[in-house]
Amino acid sequence: MNSRNSRIGLTLFAIYLLLYGGFVFINAFSPTTMEATPVAGVNVAILCGFGLIVTAFIFALLYGFLCGPTEDDR
Amino acid sequence: MIYSPSFLAVGIFLLFVGFTLGLSFFLGGKAKSSEGYFAAHGQIPWFVNGVAFAGDYLSAASFLGICGMIAFYGYDGFLYSIGYLAGWIVALFVVAEPMKRLGKFTFADALNSQFNSRGIKLAAGISTLAVSIFYLIPQMVGAGVLVQPLLGLPHWAGVVIVGAVVITIVVTAGMVSTTWVQFLKGSLLVFFSAILTVMILQRGFEVYEGPIEPQTVTKTADGQTLVNGLPLGEGENQASLKPVGHLSKLPGGMKKTGPLGPLEFFSVLQESEVLLSSPEKTVAEDGSVTTTYTPKPTPGSQVLRPGEHPKFKGIRSDNFIDKLNFLSLMLALFCGTASLPHILIRYYTVKDEAAARKSTIVGIGCIGFFYVLTLYMGLGAMTSGAMDVTNSNMAAPLLALSMSELLFAIISAIAFTTVLGTVSGLILASAGAVSHDLVASFRKTELTDHQQVRIAKIASVVVGMIAIVLGILFEKMNVSYLVGWAFSVAASANLPALMMLLFWKGTTKQGIIAAIIVGMTSSLAWILLSADTFAKVYGLPASDALVPFSQPGIVTIPLGFVTLVVVSLMTKSSADC
Repeated sequence: MNSRNSRIGLTLFAIYLLLYGGFVFINAFSPTTMEATPVAGVNVAILCGFGLIVTAFIFALLYGFLCGPTEDDR
Repeated sequence: MIYSPSFLAVGIFLLFVGFTLGLSFFLGGKAKSSEGYFAAHGQIPWFVNGVAFAGDYLSAASFLGICGMIAFYGYDGFLYSIGYLAGWIVALFVVAEPMKRLGKFTFADALNSQFNSRGIKLAAGISTLAVSIFYLIPQMVGAGVLVQPLLGLPHWAGVVIVGAVVITIVVTAGMVSTTWVQFLKGSLLVFFSAILTVMILQRGFEVYEGPIEPQTVTKTADGQTLVNGLPLGEGENQASLKPVGHLSKLPGGMKKTGPLGPLEFFSVLQESEVLLSSPEKTVAEDGSVTTTYTPKPTPGSQVLRPGEHPKFKGIRSDNFIDKLNFLSLMLALFCGTASLPHILIRYYTVKDEAAARKSTIVGIGCIGFFYVLTLYMGLGAMTSGAMDVTNSNMAAPLLALSMSELLFAIISAIAFTTVLGTVSGLILASAGAVSHDLVASFRKTELTDHQQVRIAKIASVVVGMIAIVLGILFEKMNVSYLVGWAFSVAASANLPALMMLLFWKGTTKQGIIAAIIVGMTSSLAWILLSADTFAKVYGLPASDALVPFSQPGIVTIPLGFVTLVVVSLMTKSSADC
């Protein structure tokens, strides 16, 4: 792994850790927040859950895209 | 409930198993060397490997356990889905490429790449074995659970069938056939779960008009089972449990919704009322135990919020320790994935780091998509009117049965291959650890290629046998509960060593060995001393437990890191002197 890839990876990792950690902490310390229904009658718990799963996939694609070309040239 | 074996299900099941075994024998010829046996010559295409990740990872606990938990309690099971997927972020961004670059066949290889230490091989080999066996138990129990309704066989028969099939797969062809079995299973599982979800949305919700009655199951002191006061059976003067899982009210007084959109599904449920049956146990004076299942109207908004399952209730209490238990579980799920030995060895089956990365991305796509579907399947099962109150693990197959028998047959067969795929991956990981790490660490000379493969095959048979025995012994244990343990032990033992090796130059071999041993033993000890184990395994009062909460992760993962740093600093200075 070259250092550029690892830097991108760690940055995305840190952002995701914040998102996941935030979600877990809200669940633990303010569970009622999860009951609100801000969009289309769907509650925050489901929106956040789907959001975290979709974000993981988008980050994965982003990572693959950002460090793709350098290695394929080799 | 009484299940009658379905011939269609048996037929499709035999077809699946036959095809899987055929594939193994066909591919077996290609895997004579250790390179082929452990790593499929590093020639698995990245896309296939990515789907195989899904096959490896989406175990019986994911499919049966999570769906069942959502079907019985609502949103809480989905927290597992979120945590299990989030773990892949660690795998992709931190572990994937270094694993591929540093190692050859096993996790110990990667740890040991700079040190060439026997101690590391030994410690990492033992932790691989411990985690794999822990993870094997729930898979085998799941197999037994499935085979009862499907084939009408007893629990032990299911465990023995799975054990025998898997040992055959692993011994004949190692990683090549294991990978293809997992590829097949991963794609089928995701595909048919998607079909099931579409059907749930098409069916929509319907209000149940029938009578709402409590049901009772009594185990008498002399070992008889009574249902609603009558002997269990389907004849005259006999009774069996009726399927449950209904809606008692829809918004606006509707009786039926018709097809729903993917978000509409939740917004309608949010405004509805669901009948949930929670068990209540009473012990009579003559020693008979009666469990009463009373259908209780529950608002949809409550079903869709976290904190309803007994295990997650803690987040609604004011007690900080209960909240800590939840944080600890979510931390273990996050850190556990990238430390599971059977996932880690999958990085050696592709040709380079780029392929390792790409296959992880494919894996995240498949697994994430599947986990989104778990919420629909679980809630669909909750309202399908087909649930067995006594067995949450059957929720997903019974949901399929409420749609069509063919779908039930296919879903059950897939659930069974799910177990096959994960178990073969785990047994292979253990076999690799025994032959490549443990045996090699005791010998001065390198084993020959042929010897390594032979020892691995013997180890597969032995580990397979152990798994069969444990699967039978732990019949009554909850499947997803045991998986939580495996994740905690994996994260505590393996992750600190792996992370620090990659990011801290001061790491010494003594530090790695100490971190693995301390992480593994402390998390195991914590689990054995916890309230959950006291109550469910030893049958002792939960209040006697010696640790304050049940999930070890939040204490033992940091402990692993601290141990590594302290021991590394100590051993470093002594080497400099």
